[in-house]
Amino acid sequence: MSKELIRLSDCVMKFDDDVILDHINLYINDKEFLTLLGPSGCGKTTMLRIIGGFQKPTSGDVFFDGVRINDVPPHRRKVNTVFQKYALFTHMNIFENVAFGLRINKVPDPKDPKRLIKVPEAEVKRRVEEALTLVNLAGYGKRSVNSLSGGQQQRVAIARAIVNRPQVLLLDEPLGALDLKLRKDMQIELKRIQQQVGITFIYVTHDQEEALTMSDTIVVMNAGKIQQIGTPEDIYNEPKNAFVADFIGESNIIDGVMHEDYVVGMYGRKFRCLDKGFAPGEAVDVVIRPEDIDIVSEAEGQLTGTVTEVTFKGVHYDTIVDFRGFKWLIQTTDYSPVGSRIGVKIDPDGFHIMKKSPYSGMFGDYSSYSAEYDELNEGPDEAEGGDEE
Amino acid sequence: MSKRRIPSRIFTVLVYLFLYAPIVLLIVFSFNSAKSNRVWEGFSLKWYLELFQDTRLLGALRTTLILSVLAALIATILGTAAAIGFYSMRRRSRSVCLSVNNIPLTNADIITGVSMMLLFVFAIGAFNGSPLSQLLGVRWKMGFGTLLLAHITFDAPYVILSVMPKLRQLDPNIYEAAQDLGASGFYAFRRVILPEIMPGVLNGLIIAFTMSIDDFVISYFTKGSGVTTLAVEIYTMVKKPVTPEINALSTLMFICVFLLLLIVNVRQARQETASSRRKAALTPSDGQS
Repeated sequence: MSKELIRLSDCVMKFDDDVILDHINLYINDKEFLTLLGPSGCGKTTMLRIIGGFQKPTSGDVFFDGVRINDVPPHRRKVNTVFQKYALFTHMNIFENVAFGLRINKVPDPKDPKRLIKVPEAEVKRRVEEALTLVNLAGYGKRSVNSLSGGQQQRVAIARAIVNRPQVLLLDEPLGALDLKLRKDMQIELKRIQQQVGITFIYVTHDQEEALTMSDTIVVMNAGKIQQIGTPEDIYNEPKNAFVADFIGESNIIDGVMHEDYVVGMYGRKFRCLDKGFAPGEAVDVVIRPEDIDIVSEAEGQLTGTVTEVTFKGVHYDTIVDFRGFKWLIQTTDYSPVGSRIGVKIDPDGFHIMKKSPYSGMFGDYSSYSAEYDELNEGPDEAEGGDEE
Repeated sequence: MSKRRIPSRIFTVLVYLFLYAPIVLLIVFSFNSAKSNRVWEGFSLKWYLELFQDTRLLGALRTTLILSVLAALIATILGTAAAIGFYSMRRRSRSVCLSVNNIPLTNADIITGVSMMLLFVFAIGAFNGSPLSQLLGVRWKMGFGTLLLAHITFDAPYVILSVMPKLRQLDPNIYEAAQDLGASGFYAFRRVILPEIMPGVLNGLIIAFTMSIDDFVISYFTKGSGVTTLAVEIYTMVKKPVTPEINALSTLMFICVFLLLLIVNVRQARQETASSRRKAALTPSDGQS
């Protein structure tokens, strides 16, 4: 991770009166795998399209390698894009699809460097084969686009983009149309390809698990604003506000008060934590991840509550526990029957304290929790809502 | 085969009989040696011979072919451009434009014909009265030019209608994908968009061509006095005692249109089998990895 390659400086994007991007400042380093993560309509696709050159920001600047590129059209930018639905050319075979960019590009003539010539056919052939091999499709050149499965078409789209040796590859929810198993395989493969070709990947997704698996850096977005930028570990362990805490993984978010450094109060009790730097008596949001909570007997517990719901999830149980009207999600391998009184124990490193934000009170209560609801939320979001047009 | 299917078969045969009996009769009588359309006197090709010596009819045929080809080609270019324009509009303006496009299709030919004639008369009057006409020393009158304009106008909506579905089938990002790979706007259009929608464009061309050949009413009102098309010529011939020459000509025209329709249908059938083959190819598992 070295030098800065792309910078968005105070970018605003408006469609009519809708603010899609609200004063975005972001820099992207060379050779990093950066993910723009957020729910549909948060502006992540718009941001990608601004970098690709398909849309111009209403105000603000885009820099590439230190040069302002606001007015550079897409075909003159050193970035290539993998689109959500692949956008392959169905009237060409796989080879011609991948060769498309090479056949347009002009290179200096080796005999007379001042003259520009077409890429020689032998080199086109070699590079297309190379790209197809990289995506595990060697020998597929003669096939037609429509004879391939979704996963294979996706690989062709990647080969077609990287064959031009761009400095940056933009990927717009490229795995959204694939089934779960294939998606997981492709995640690993994408990461491998990125490391092999050694270029910057900017990846757009609404799938937090995908983001955590692949990224060097995650940019969490909501409502046109960047909520947090950080490594996957940072984002997961140290969320900046209730939105991030809720969007990345599961979180119980409870109102609390910071009594002094390392001591947080909630439910009228004091707990030891590892956070400091808050004003004494400051109201805060307390995040407790479901896997950081141990269920113990009522007598041993720091807090006591009643189990209201238990769902078997394979590795663990999702246990919903009512603590004086506020419902927590606890993930544990221990089974506690519905209706039983239990105690919970949380280690100091299980607490994460956040400053109050506009998102406080909106997330982190599992009163409306149901397994069904969770699954409904996981489907690929087809319409990127406000991102279009 | 079950007995219950017999009535439905009879019904089908009757439907096709009613549809095609007149044409079969026409074809049969075009080979009749008698002048009458009521009695069969024996097989003969003499009406075809006479047809090919009738300079008036052949002249009309030539005009019609030139007119139809030109009108279809120009309408295809304009219609395709218009369809692409509609496609890139926002949803509301697009649906307004498409509805406006559909009105001429449902409008009665007679209204289109009369209104175009009025427009041409008005425009010609305005032009001939203008200093421009004097400056150029040209007087404009109804003729092949107005006929061609009229045909292009009523052909174009059919082209739009046949190109539009192909555009809708396109991947929404395909134009951007081409640009992204380094293509300029025009190159992307020529190498990607046009080939992808070509089947629709060609179908539009064929439909426009047959519509032009077929048209009588609009041509009648817009042709002026100098030129005549085949359909108009046949109509004027029918007013005099009918000669079986017309049978021969109609037979030839029917065969031409029939062949064109056959081409359109075969092309469509090919596309459908190709796409169903694709679906079949997509079902097996992902193969590699």
